[in-house]
Amino acid sequence: METLEPLLSEHPFLKGLDPKHLQLITGCASNVRFDAGQIIFREGEEADQFYIIRNGKVTLQIYTPGRGSIIIDALTEGDILGWSWLIPPYQWRFDAVAGELTRAIALDGKCLRNKCESDHDLGYELLKRFASIVDSRLESTRLRLLDMYDSNP
Amino acid sequence: MTVTLEKLTKDIVPSQEMIPEYFRIIRTQKNTHDTFTIELEPPKNGFSFAPGQFNMLYMFGVGEVPISISGDPSDRNTLTHTIRAVGSVTRAMQKLKKGDFVGVRGPFGTHWPAEESKGNDIVIVAGGIGLAPLRPSIYHILSNREKYGKVVLLYGTRMPKDILYRKELEQWRARFDLEVLATVDRAASDWKGNVGVVTTLIPRSHFDPPNTVAMVCGPEIMMRFSVQDLLKRGVPVENIYVSMERNMKCGIGFCGHCQCGPTFICKDGPVYPYNAVKDIFIKREI
Repeated sequence: METLEPLLSEHPFLKGLDPKHLQLITGCASNVRFDAGQIIFREGEEADQFYIIRNGKVTLQIYTPGRGSIIIDALTEGDILGWSWLIPPYQWRFDAVAGELTRAIALDGKCLRNKCESDHDLGYELLKRFASIVDSRLESTRLRLLDMYDSNP
Repeated sequence: MTVTLEKLTKDIVPSQEMIPEYFRIIRTQKNTHDTFTIELEPPKNGFSFAPGQFNMLYMFGVGEVPISISGDPSDRNTLTHTIRAVGSVTRAMQKLKKGDFVGVRGPFGTHWPAEESKGNDIVIVAGGIGLAPLRPSIYHILSNREKYGKVVLLYGTRMPKDILYRKELEQWRARFDLEVLATVDRAASDWKGNVGVVTTLIPRSHFDPPNTVAMVCGPEIMMRFSVQDLLKRGVPVENIYVSMERNMKCGIGFCGHCQCGPTFICKDGPVYPYNAVKDIFIKREI
């Protein structure tokens, strides 16, 4: 049976991972599809998955009373959606909505958490890779906090 | 020997470059809530400039400001400036109408290496009103499109309402030979485009880094981080160009207002190879 392993092994996020770890991760992976406007998850819901976006667009939104939903980030092909499955209390902090038809690989966070607990090498590898994503998103957020386009030189 | 003030002034001030010429406004256009474009008719023999150069625009009775030229360099009969209304001079300019006059001195400064970059991929990274000084380069590249490899335009603004030249961006995006990615810092939920700072577009765009020339214009903080991401992608440091901005007054390196470290932005810039200014970028005292 054809698995998602070849796809996952080529993705920059998982590239170079030990084959036995890749096999473990593949066991938690499935193909998913979201139509434009479909809600992938909502703030406060249990975060039990993360996604590798194969194509399409996902917006991260936060609902603000009086202002409606504000888009705070947009993720596209190749991006990783969601790390709340890794950090207690395992709840989504924002809404995720498919901006257009989106295909992704969903990874079962609960299943992976258990595997990381029993295999710390896998846990450390995944944590390192997620830390790099968190770092670049944090940098992007900090730059936006500067409101840099409005500033003088 | 008697030295008259007139002679002294003549000796030390290159007078021609300090005297503004009258240019008549032939068209004005509101671009965003605080940005507008004026098109000027040169008084005689047309007006030549290179992409990235700027003029000193004189609002008679109010003052003079340095403004980058934002029009097509091949059109010698129209001089275009896109201006953000942020100070007393530019706010007064915002009220000008067709038929009014402004004083023009220029063009001044260095230019983008659009012509010199033929044969390479081109990445243009613009933030906010930084798209205006890059637009002449885009026109030049598009009118010689076959002489370049891949051409990518990455543009970031605060919000969708701040996007400059919206119609033109849509036309450019519809072309098959130009990759245009725009992003905003934040947007309402009906926004279909990208959200995030312009630097996040650099890893997503398609170009061959070792054979790419990058032109970056926007606030300095944006340029700093854009350069870092371009270097991370593998664009050679010597192929990265930035446009600096300071308080330019005379335009000819005479008054010293725009001195930035060892250079005068008006004369040695505003366009620099990144290598030439990288130390200035992170120097707090400058």
